[in-house]
Amino acid sequence: MNIQADLYVLSPELILAVGALVLLLVGAMRGDRSTGLLCWLSIALIVASAYMSLVVGDESAFRGAFVMDGFARFTKAVILWSSVGCVLMAEHYFRVEKSTRFELPILILLATLGMSLMVSANNFIALYMGLELQSLALYVLAAFKRDSVRSSEAGLKYFVLGSLSSGMMLYGISLIYGFAGTMDFVGVAHAVAVGGVGVGIIFGIVFLIAGLAFKISAVPFHMWTPDVYEGAPTPVTAYLATASKVASFALVLRALLVPFPTAVHEWQQIIIFISVLSMGLGAFAAIGQTNIKRLMAYSSIGHMGYALLGLAAGTQLGVRGMLFYMAFYALTNLGVFACVQAMRRDGQAVEDIADLAGLARTRPRHAFALATMMLSLSGLPPLAGILAKSFVFLAAIQAHLYLLAAFGVLTSVVGAYYYLRIVKTMYFDEPAPAFDTNMGWGLTAIATIGTAFSLLFVINAGGLLEAANIAAQALIK
Amino acid sequence: MSHLLSIITFLPLVGAVAILLLGRLGNQSTIAGNARWIALIFTIADFLLTVVLWAKFDGSTSSFQFVEYLNWRVASGISYHMGVDGISMLFVVLTGLLMPFCILASWKSIESRVAEYMVAFLALEALMMGVFTALDLFLFYLFFEGGLIPMFLIIGIWGGKRRVYASYKFFLYTLLGSVLMLLAILAMYLQTGTTDIETIINTAHFSPQMQIWLWLAFFASFAVKMPMWPVHTWLPDAHVEAPTAGSVILAGILLKMGGYGFLRFSLPMFASASEYFGPMVFVLSVVAIIYTSLVALAQEDMKKLIAYSSVAHMGFVTMGIFTITHQGIEGGIFQMLSHGIVSGALFLCVGVVYDRMHTREIAAYGGLVNRMPMYAACFMVFTLANVGLPGTGGFVGEFLTMLGAFIHNTWIAIFAATGVILSAAYALYLYRRIVFGELVKPALQTIQDLSMREVALLAPLVVITILMGVYPKPIFDVTSASVANLVQQHKTAVAYDHAPPKVATQTAPGGAR
Repeated sequence: MNIQADLYVLSPELILAVGALVLLLVGAMRGDRSTGLLCWLSIALIVASAYMSLVVGDESAFRGAFVMDGFARFTKAVILWSSVGCVLMAEHYFRVEKSTRFELPILILLATLGMSLMVSANNFIALYMGLELQSLALYVLAAFKRDSVRSSEAGLKYFVLGSLSSGMMLYGISLIYGFAGTMDFVGVAHAVAVGGVGVGIIFGIVFLIAGLAFKISAVPFHMWTPDVYEGAPTPVTAYLATASKVASFALVLRALLVPFPTAVHEWQQIIIFISVLSMGLGAFAAIGQTNIKRLMAYSSIGHMGYALLGLAAGTQLGVRGMLFYMAFYALTNLGVFACVQAMRRDGQAVEDIADLAGLARTRPRHAFALATMMLSLSGLPPLAGILAKSFVFLAAIQAHLYLLAAFGVLTSVVGAYYYLRIVKTMYFDEPAPAFDTNMGWGLTAIATIGTAFSLLFVINAGGLLEAANIAAQALIK
Repeated sequence: MSHLLSIITFLPLVGAVAILLLGRLGNQSTIAGNARWIALIFTIADFLLTVVLWAKFDGSTSSFQFVEYLNWRVASGISYHMGVDGISMLFVVLTGLLMPFCILASWKSIESRVAEYMVAFLALEALMMGVFTALDLFLFYLFFEGGLIPMFLIIGIWGGKRRVYASYKFFLYTLLGSVLMLLAILAMYLQTGTTDIETIINTAHFSPQMQIWLWLAFFASFAVKMPMWPVHTWLPDAHVEAPTAGSVILAGILLKMGGYGFLRFSLPMFASASEYFGPMVFVLSVVAIIYTSLVALAQEDMKKLIAYSSVAHMGFVTMGIFTITHQGIEGGIFQMLSHGIVSGALFLCVGVVYDRMHTREIAAYGGLVNRMPMYAACFMVFTLANVGLPGTGGFVGEFLTMLGAFIHNTWIAIFAATGVILSAAYALYLYRRIVFGELVKPALQTIQDLSMREVALLAPLVVITILMGVYPKPIFDVTSASVANLVQQHKTAVAYDHAPPKVATQTAPGGAR
């Protein structure tokens, strides 16, 4: 295997890496006034990277440490789309906040690079490198509004807890390495198949899952989520909620299904446990929230629980459902956060649910978009969410996890309550003072895409489902 | 292949889009006026199409007609499949019939956000039509649960004082029921590899054990929708708070989805489970008939009284359906159709006086016959139909369901018959308190009789109510063949469960030897 071939496989990531460095130089020389330019260049780089990841065929590089397959392609597409959306949101954010920092798009690029590496990692070291690159960039992003106490607190909290979870995960990896004798996913799978699932491996898996659960903010490692979501600037929150979640989920899938296909019964119980807790807490804790970003944080915890249903099934159908779910989740959430970012009154961002009162009368389209996406998230037909939910529940039923599925649908009814509360606030209540009208075409486009997806997806869902199917086949043969 | 059913289903959505497109032209009042007219034109056009459907319907066969089949790119085995048979056909007509009345009833009483209101109603009509025409479980589910959203908005935005509470209660109750049905649909899909209703009815067979679970899951959904005692408590709240037209749709059509679901899914697909749970359904039905009738007697609010009477009438329907006799099921269908019209009309009657006095309290009225003779006459026809007087639509269904119950088990019929007496009690009591007596309340001294619009609203319903009572043949012509087929299918399926096919029983011991 020559280095050129390896680099060719890596080209989507190389574009991001080299591009980010060049943009950093441009930014350093031209300062903050180049931020707008940097945003557009970042989007161009992400699009180029997306294009390359579609062009590169199913190959692996660096002795199998890095793979490009249907699974990586699918998740990369979702991640890159989310990144484009977040950069667009950041561009709007700079314009309305009138404070620009050129580092933000570059940090998003670097985090995207980390995610891109994560979903292709086929080796525990590669996995860890990608994950840390993403995490470090995200810590900085969370604390980006550095003159705001809440944002700094968010960054610090995320950093401290994130490092702790990384440490746990690293400890798990070292145990796995110690007992399997290799870092390679395929090698570990072979070692486990031959040598059986020993206590050391099980401990390793437990620590690994604990670390990963933190990244996807699944209960009981979810504590950071509401605070970080609330404190971080909205584009960053959107980024944390979409791209970061999708990438971490892809990581969970690959790091459990490829090295430990013979230990399904060992990790399945943990996943079921996490899934039940996440669905329950996400549904009940969101009820009392008054801040919409905090509400979305609890909503995301709940959604992680639903998506984990697919993993708990441990089947190809489950992986398909889960990938489908993450794509739906990312696309819809991006639209929701675009609507949240457009909540500005007298030049100030407002985030209380009460601020949305009567939005249907002051800004009907804004309200319609947000209501549609909220109802879609709650899983009401005929919106897109019902399909996503159906496919994970289908997998759970197929794996005979009937109680888990029943618990899932019941919590989704509880969840419907708080999504409805937003619809109620916008449609039933007396109008609050109107929002500013400068939504900008970037936010409008993201929100429109999210809404159109929610509304029309049911007409032709086959394409995305087929792509998710191909991706799942790459992971479970 | 004609696309009549798709046109009927989606035509209202075209109207909704038209209203949205015109929504920015002109000032507030022209927008409202345009919205009203567009909604009226589209609902009437849709109704005329359903009449065409009825005219072209062939009542001599039990198979699905006007079938449409499209490959729907969701997942294999899920398709866009539409069609009607004798069971669903008349519900489509009923939906089409009631919608123009709803639009007319809201002509004056809805003044704020008229365009949105009309859009919500048109969307609701499309979804309701879809429920009765879908021949794919998944498609059915989309329509069935999708209807919650517009209804939630209708109650919540244009409702009364406790509208928010009522809309939440309506939404969460019904959602809780239907999510379990979703799981059952998925389980059926996994076993059969398809969600096609026709295929599942004709070829699929579920083990008796599985039938029980599936039946319960479907029951959870339909019992709430119906609503059956004891999960009926959302209905009075929703009715009281909903605007008049919302109540009409709720009582006229949404409640019928539960009964339709039992007929379409529970009986043919889970035959032995339906038999197994039959006694439970009878008990719940009889309790509903007697208990809610008594509750209705004690009501102070007109709409609440009619709402409880709806629960009692739906008790007759479930009772009739689960006797699984030809008479019982036909009676159930007829009862649903006549109740759809009669209860809808009663809510319209309440709306007429509510628009004038802005109160629904029974005590605020009395002696209306002195100032409103036309109103009193219309109201009387509907009250008597609600009681089930022979010669009105209400009688036929009630009689047939009780005949079915009598064939099945005399005791059920005896208990149900007491409900007839009670319904006479609360309905006539209501009528006496509102219409008869001296006109002593000062606020009522200047009350006006029906306007032209209101006559146009109530007169056709009076005619239909009486026509259904004296000449029910056209309705039975449509339902008869399908109901006979349903009963037959059910018998075959139960026999299959009791004596499993010989192939399976013979090979097992043969292999052991």
